[in-house]
Parts: sequence; C-alpha cells; structure tokens
Amino acid sequence: MGIEQFIDNEVKSNDVVLFMKGTPQFPQCGFSGQVVHILDYLGVPYKGLNVLESAELRDGIKVFSNWPTIPQLYVKGEFVGGCDIVREMFQAGELQGLMKEKGLPVKEAAQA
Amino acid sequence: MTMRTQDIITDKLTAAFAPESLRVVDESDEHEGHSGHRPGGQTHFRVYIVSEAFKGKSRIDRHRLINGALAAELAAGVHALAIHAAAPGEGAA
Repeated sequence: MGIEQFIDNEVKSNDVVLFMKGTPQFPQCGFSGQVVHILDYLGVPYKGLNVLESAELRDGIKVFSNWPTIPQLYVKGEFVGGCDIVREMFQAGELQGLMKEKGLPVKEAAQA
Repeated sequence: MTMRTQDIITDKLTAAFAPESLRVVDESDEHEGHSGHRPGGQTHFRVYIVSEAFKGKSRIDRHRLINGALAAELAAGVHALAIHAAAPGEGAA
C-alpha cells in the first residue's frame, strides 16, 4: 500500500485524526502539543499518528494535504488545519461547532 | 552579506500581499534544543499580517497563500511558521 493510500484510509476510517510529532501522551513539539491539549479538553476521541516514526508519512502527509507543516488535523476525512487554525477555531467556538455538526460528542463544559 | 531570513520573509509577504500591516517575529531562540532548531537560528517565525488579499478567504486558504509565497523558505530551512492572518476590519491579526 502506498503512503497516499495509507493516509487516505486513516482519515476515512477514523473520525478524528491528528498527524503530529510524538504521541498524544508525549508530544515532541509544542505545536503538536497545543492541538493535543485542545482535543483532550474537548474530550473528542482521536487517533494520533506520529510522523517522527516515518519519514515517508512525514513527507506524505505534507503532499496529501498540500500543507507544509505538522501538526495537521482531520475530521471525518476533511482537512481542518494546522495548529494556528485549530487554536483560532477553538477560541472562537467554531471547532466545537464543527465537531457537533459532524456528530462527534464534545464535553458539555467545553462548549462555547 | 546574506539577507536575514526574517527580512526575506518580510519582503516576500510585502510583495505578494501589499499588507496594511505586517510583523515578522523570529522566535528561533525560544526553540533551542528542539529538534527543528539549528545553530544560528532562523528556523521559527511568527507572522502577523493584515491584507485586503485575505478578504472573503477561509483560514485554510489564507495559510495556503502565505505558505505558497514562502515555499522556497519553508523548503530551505524554515522549520515553523506561525500565521495570524486577517483582512482589514477583522480585528488584530
């Protein structure tokens, strides 16, 4: 299976996928850590994929999304953005809205 | 003397977006010891930009425009680029 196919499969078979440096338990980059923090706060289940474990994945996701940086968040197969966009959306209450719109449960306390 | 990356970024964004306001901050020092940091810095930047070019554009489109304008720098050693992009009247970028 090619890397593009692998990524396509991951973002389609998981509701929320975060391509990141490190793992949700141990992020190895501050930007990835910020997104982990936001997703944990929302209480949304997600899958973290560590691009540091695979150069092929690290390069592949940049091409796949046409986006030059990590982290990258996907919700229901759709590219949402990187750290800045996720944070701005969260602060504006839009990320919570997007999750609910997609039928994903968000913790009551996290709703704007 | 070679130009500082910060100045190159400023020049390219100015040429591409004729911004109403633009501030490029070199945050490389804050990332010392981190995997993307190199001796000499110039790896981590934060951009605050307000431009008419972003009017009616989604967040993703705005970032794509900026990443596109700086593609050469992103490929050549700029490891992180934090972006705050706004159109005039949207509040502080």
